[in-house]
Amino acid sequence: MQDVLNQVGINNYIFLSVLLFCIGVFGVLYRRNAIIVLMSIEIMLNAVNLLFVAFSTYHEDAQGQVFVFFSMAVAAAEVAVGLAILVSIFRNIGSIDVSNLKKLRG
Amino acid sequence: MDLSIILLLLLAPLGGFLINTFLGKQLGKGASGAIGTLAIVISFVCTLLLFLGLEPGADTKADLFHWLTFQNFSVDFSFQFDQLSLLWLLFVTGIGSLIHLYSISYMHHDKDFYKFFSYLNLFVFFMIVLVSGSNLPILFIGWEGVGLCSYLLIGFWYSNQAYNDAAKKAFIMNRVGDLGLLIGIFILATVAGTLDYQGLETFFQTKGSLVDSTWLAVAALCLFIGACGKSAQLPLYTWLPDAMAGPTPVSALIHAATMVTAGIFMVTRLHFLFDLVPAIQNVIAVVGVSTALFAATIGLAQNDIKKVLAYSTVSQLGLMFLALGVGAYEVAVFHVITHAFFKACLFLGAGSVIHANSDEQDMRKMGGLRKVMPITFITMLISSLAIAGIFPLSGFWSKDEILLEAFHYSIPFWAVASLASILTAFYMFRLMFLTFFGEFRGTEHAKSHLHESPALMTIPLVILATLAAVGGLISIPGSSWLMHFLEPLLHTDGAPEHHALDQTAYILMAVASVGALVGIFIAYRKYISNKEVPGEDSEVTGFTKVLAEKYYVDELYDSVFVKPINLLARFFRDVVETALGSLVYGFGKAAAEISNQGRKVHNGSIGLYLFVFVIGFCLIVSYLFLAQ
Repeated sequence: MQDVLNQVGINNYIFLSVLLFCIGVFGVLYRRNAIIVLMSIEIMLNAVNLLFVAFSTYHEDAQGQVFVFFSMAVAAAEVAVGLAILVSIFRNIGSIDVSNLKKLRG
Repeated sequence: MDLSIILLLLLAPLGGFLINTFLGKQLGKGASGAIGTLAIVISFVCTLLLFLGLEPGADTKADLFHWLTFQNFSVDFSFQFDQLSLLWLLFVTGIGSLIHLYSISYMHHDKDFYKFFSYLNLFVFFMIVLVSGSNLPILFIGWEGVGLCSYLLIGFWYSNQAYNDAAKKAFIMNRVGDLGLLIGIFILATVAGTLDYQGLETFFQTKGSLVDSTWLAVAALCLFIGACGKSAQLPLYTWLPDAMAGPTPVSALIHAATMVTAGIFMVTRLHFLFDLVPAIQNVIAVVGVSTALFAATIGLAQNDIKKVLAYSTVSQLGLMFLALGVGAYEVAVFHVITHAFFKACLFLGAGSVIHANSDEQDMRKMGGLRKVMPITFITMLISSLAIAGIFPLSGFWSKDEILLEAFHYSIPFWAVASLASILTAFYMFRLMFLTFFGEFRGTEHAKSHLHESPALMTIPLVILATLAAVGGLISIPGSSWLMHFLEPLLHTDGAPEHHALDQTAYILMAVASVGALVGIFIAYRKYISNKEVPGEDSEVTGFTKVLAEKYYVDELYDSVFVKPINLLARFFRDVVETALGSLVYGFGKAAAEISNQGRKVHNGSIGLYLFVFVIGFCLIVSYLFLAQ
């Protein structure tokens, strides 16, 4: 793995990760479909995971990789819960457009 | 001391109060009055038992429980039934029983009958606490309690605003005195480290000379201010005449016989303190003798039958304070007792007259009642002769001893006190002649209603008149039972001239008797021979008007204290409260406005929330970078 990292360079990993994170942020901010918002959140999460793994290899320390395993497991659970909430919202108001979800207005 | 008798003595009036308060309405008038009276009679019987069982030198204290402890200072909830307490208890519960009996008939038409008896029982309870407590804090409980009951009973007919004002006046005026009493108690606690009477006495007898005498004088003066408030002395006396707004039995019990003597009781109790500060004793004597003369002159020109008696009470209390001031405590106690007899009788007689006269209290509308109300007339005549100091009625003995003591102390005091007692004789017989002699001056309607009062009212009158006649026998000069009885407490052996019956004493007695007869004679000439009747209020002129208007003392107090305080109150209400209030309201309004605007940001759009969240996060991160 050290070889692959050396060939590509740690900088490129960081750039890719930042790019993915920004795509995720803009996806959350500009898309109104709740499923796409959820997907964007996943992209952000994975951008961070990528960074974790890259630095783990760079520092030759397995801790980061172990951490990513946990983070992926939690993310899977989170998606399951998020989708379940979306299903129930859809059943109730017949739409998953986030701009329609204004019932918690102060 | 038998604890069960003591508890019964204390708790019977309290029980009567509770029963009448909570069940009085259901019980009906007969049962309510009977329970109220019975409670006091039980206390009287208990007092008699204690009195008969009293042995010289025996322990008179009864500890109930431990009350307060602050470091090395403690107060017990305990009572003390010695000679002084028992004397007071005897006439408080004895006269109290008679007045309760009288009230059953007097208050019969009142719709708040049961309330009257519950207040009266509560009063007697607090009075018992006051006189039988064995330390100053317990005295203070009783002191405040009787003040409360006095307030409740003066304002008993609460639908009349003037009566409510009189009640408030009595309460507030007493607060002034009570503050003095409290400060006095605090100083004593600081100086002596105890408030128990026996502890204080031991302290002052052994270490009294070591204490800074300024502090003792201040303490004694403060305590005396308290006594002035309760016992209606100059300058705090103006509440007592107004207190006549209450029902007449209340005036007889509280504002003549018992509560107003609390100040004299307290000074007598603490005689060991006052003995150490002659300067304050002088102050007491001066205040007493000036009150005696001052109130007696006002009494000359009053036309309300109860007001005359009220000023007479103030004047007699002044004489008692004169006796206290000259150090003759047992003489003051003697006059308290005889005064309780004849003044209670006079007030109850006045009540009987008012009752017969369709609630008319103005003596100008009375007259000739002698034939209609013979029993009331004779009992009141005996009491008037007693208060005027005619031999051999009770007032003669007690007043004469006060004059004798004053004479030995200082002749000017004797002269002023003698003048006051001549005036007393005059205004009392002015009252008698205007009320009972001549022709009836009221309306025809009132005339047709005139009647002698029922037996329930005349029996107490007869008993009290008998006591007023023979009450002086307890302390005849030469062989005084009272002096002997009080000796263990007051150590009267140090003043042998009390017992001496020398030529001076006989001359003074003769002078006093002649003075009283002169007073009666002047009243006779004026109101019987010349058939004068005091004019209408508007016709009165000159010095008589000043007297009728009570030297304008009320007006003076009104402009010196009441009006400035009202002005200050209005200033605080209109300026200070408005300013502070708008400041506080301003904060409230500003907070409401800010949150109202902030509410609009929470519009429920998740997109906006997220956007703000991301922007905010970015700002925080960039700030952290820049801050490094």
